[in-house]
Amino acid sequence: MKLSVNGKEHDVEVSDDMPLLWVLRDVIGLTGTKFGCGMAQCGACTVLVDGHPVRSCVRPASAVAGKSVTTIEGLSAHGDHPVQKAWTEADVVQCGYCQSGQILAAVALLKAKPKPTDADIDAAMGGNLCRCGTYQRIRNAVHRAAELMGERS
Amino acid sequence: MSGLSRRAFLKGAGGGLVVGFFVPAALKRFAAAQEAPAAATVLPPVNAFLRIGADESVTVLLAHSEMGQGIWTTLPMMVNEELDADWSRIRVEHAPAAVEYHSTVFPIQMTGGSTTTWSELDRYRQVGAMARTLLVSAAAARWGVAAGDCRTEKGFVIHGDRRASYGSLAEAASKLPAPGKVQLKDPADWKVIGKPTRRLDTPEKITGRAKFGMDIRLPGMLTAVVAHPPTFGGKVKGFDASAAKAVPGVRAVFAVPSGVAVAADHFWAAKKGRDALKVDWDLGPHADVDTAKLREAYSEKSKSEGTKAAAGGDVEKALGSDALVAEYSLPYLAHAPMEPLNCTVRRSADGCEVWTGTQFQTVDQQRVAQILGLKPEQVAIHTTFLGGGFGRRANIASDFVVEAAHVAKNLDKPVKVVWTRDDDIRGGYYRPMAVHRIEGSLDGRGNPVAWRQRIVSQSIVAGSPFAAMIKDGVDPTAVEGASDSPYVTGIANHRVDLHTTDPGVPVLWWRSVGHSHTAFAVESFVDELAHAAKRDPLEFRRALLERSPRVRAVLELAAEKAGWGTPPPPGRARGLAVHESFGSIVSHVAEVSVEDGKIRVHRMTCAVDCGVCVNPLGVAAQMESGVAFGLSAALHSELTMKEGRVQESNFHDYPILRIHEMPKVEVHIVESREKSGGAGEPGTPPVAPAVANAVFALTGKRLRELPLRLA
Repeated sequence: MKLSVNGKEHDVEVSDDMPLLWVLRDVIGLTGTKFGCGMAQCGACTVLVDGHPVRSCVRPASAVAGKSVTTIEGLSAHGDHPVQKAWTEADVVQCGYCQSGQILAAVALLKAKPKPTDADIDAAMGGNLCRCGTYQRIRNAVHRAAELMGERS
Repeated sequence: MSGLSRRAFLKGAGGGLVVGFFVPAALKRFAAAQEAPAAATVLPPVNAFLRIGADESVTVLLAHSEMGQGIWTTLPMMVNEELDADWSRIRVEHAPAAVEYHSTVFPIQMTGGSTTTWSELDRYRQVGAMARTLLVSAAAARWGVAAGDCRTEKGFVIHGDRRASYGSLAEAASKLPAPGKVQLKDPADWKVIGKPTRRLDTPEKITGRAKFGMDIRLPGMLTAVVAHPPTFGGKVKGFDASAAKAVPGVRAVFAVPSGVAVAADHFWAAKKGRDALKVDWDLGPHADVDTAKLREAYSEKSKSEGTKAAAGGDVEKALGSDALVAEYSLPYLAHAPMEPLNCTVRRSADGCEVWTGTQFQTVDQQRVAQILGLKPEQVAIHTTFLGGGFGRRANIASDFVVEAAHVAKNLDKPVKVVWTRDDDIRGGYYRPMAVHRIEGSLDGRGNPVAWRQRIVSQSIVAGSPFAAMIKDGVDPTAVEGASDSPYVTGIANHRVDLHTTDPGVPVLWWRSVGHSHTAFAVESFVDELAHAAKRDPLEFRRALLERSPRVRAVLELAAEKAGWGTPPPPGRARGLAVHESFGSIVSHVAEVSVEDGKIRVHRMTCAVDCGVCVNPLGVAAQMESGVAFGLSAALHSELTMKEGRVQESNFHDYPILRIHEMPKVEVHIVESREKSGGAGEPGTPPVAPAVANAVFALTGKRLRELPLRLA
């Protein structure tokens, strides 16, 4: 099947039921997308499919063939997407394992709601677990990213 | 000079420097296998902990593991306080497993007990000071001036109009004899230590470049998952691999001591293979474990005298006949780090390499060597970033590493063994279940005169190489925070007892270890006594803590910042707790409401005295983190067992805190020149009691079991 990941076409030979997560990680070699639960409970595997957040651990790769997949590696060339900048300013990360998913969930949220409230953030990002408990800084960073994106546009 | 011996410091070798430790050939192969080796391929100065490259790179090697707690930033701060390098040039690496990196407090290389920062404050400053001394000497020699007339600034040695960069001096410095001793700065002159500093590992962690154990990929590598027995102590009786082998991509199916391994081209094939596997299990001796029954048995046991952990006065007499009695109960808990356990092993003709996120390098190294018939030094441990540890990756039995070594032994290719979330939740090594029964009496003025506490729990260290920690029959990790509580020991008549159980469930240190249950029991009961005495919870505690001024000051700071004594917003109430652990004191004031029968924590006001605070931004992060971790335990998490089987398996039935449940956390750090203490764990213990005490203040219901449930 043909997959478009971060603007690049990949031709992969995998079974139809193989989740996108494992195709990304074990076949294509993009390991920024993380395995956390395998049942869409934690959000560590979040990627964007045509701009929408998707749990790649339960979405068969075959279901996204022909669509545009963005992983953390494809978010920006130099780690300078406004959300990444805001994450840096707010000193969000701890162990860092969930942050690819958190950042992509925030990107999708800000696209839908450029000025999200705390309640919007909670609603949109409730599916992204962080065992280190960086939630407060994630909220701060999402607000900061909204500011940065507002300045940019 | 303590910490670093001169012998270990410098051994000049050719143009570069091989210093203090032997770099195994395997490590060099590892470096070569990495996608983008660091620019500094020259290994000139300075010692096992620091390399300064001709390209001006400054690389700090960590003797401990970065698992979120921020030492990737804190230890370089210590070095640079003395070194004076350009902070933007600092790079960080995990050190290999070697004797030189043994902890300064334990005879192994490890990360735990919230020890890293305080235990390395001297060693890493010395590293920086020694390197700076050598660089200055090299510059002084080059210019023919006195070293004492030179100064340093942001990676340069300066004398008058002359400036030489550290990189340009590195090789010359590497040829100089090590200084016999170094003078560390007076803390009053610190410019780096104490300054809020953002993390150095952010760039990798926001771009997906950070390599966790799970992300290791080696040429020809297989991925394996292992079917584990459904009970603790269970064993493989037999298995039918035919369906598993029929799954495309599955390469091998075989038994290992911990179960049946399925190795495949990638995780998905291995997992499907395991799903297709039929295993006949010998359920072993613990197939009847039932947590509801354990709870009853623990409760019964708590009514009798156990092994003495602390005692003073005559508690029996002082308790009298109308003592207040309460029983607290806490469940088994899984650490559930976001990165499931995993370990990659590659064997070679002369040794083996292990890639994993571990907190226990030395222990892992020794056990792998034993399994593969190697000497420990033939086992190279490559520590990756840890996707959370919380104690789970400091495994006394090295369970996930040992398993990978056994799997690798059966294969002629490198293999990554991956645990699923279910494997992780059901894999044992939990925070032990505990029951505390506390009895207390007050005198006529409402002052406590007797405290008797009986703890029923498992020993973490019994039967392990750490068993020497057990003193007079008491594993200190089961009573810490109670037997040494200033509340308890401050009461004239007190006794703390321990009943040690052994139901066959593997247990381990879980963020804050014994304090994770003792603080809940102690601080809840103090609150109950205050209520019985009809005294304000803050005032009651202040009086009890008269002889512990540092603890009292932290409590007072949290209370003041939380607005204790002023009315809370409508529908809310406050509760407080203070607890000392791992050399630091933390107090939380929780502000809660009850909505739709559920406890909601709106705000946590935290005060912390961790002595000398190296990175206030990092300490604040660890307090926020400790709050979230503590709230997961206070509000949600619980493991139950029936017929020896763990009932929970993933985040749907073993929930942890989600973002909408995260309160606003304010952290106030006490300015202190006391000895530096820990930060990773001390934020957790006072969370649950602060919340429970707030719920009592709001509803009048005293909740004595975790997780807290109103109905």
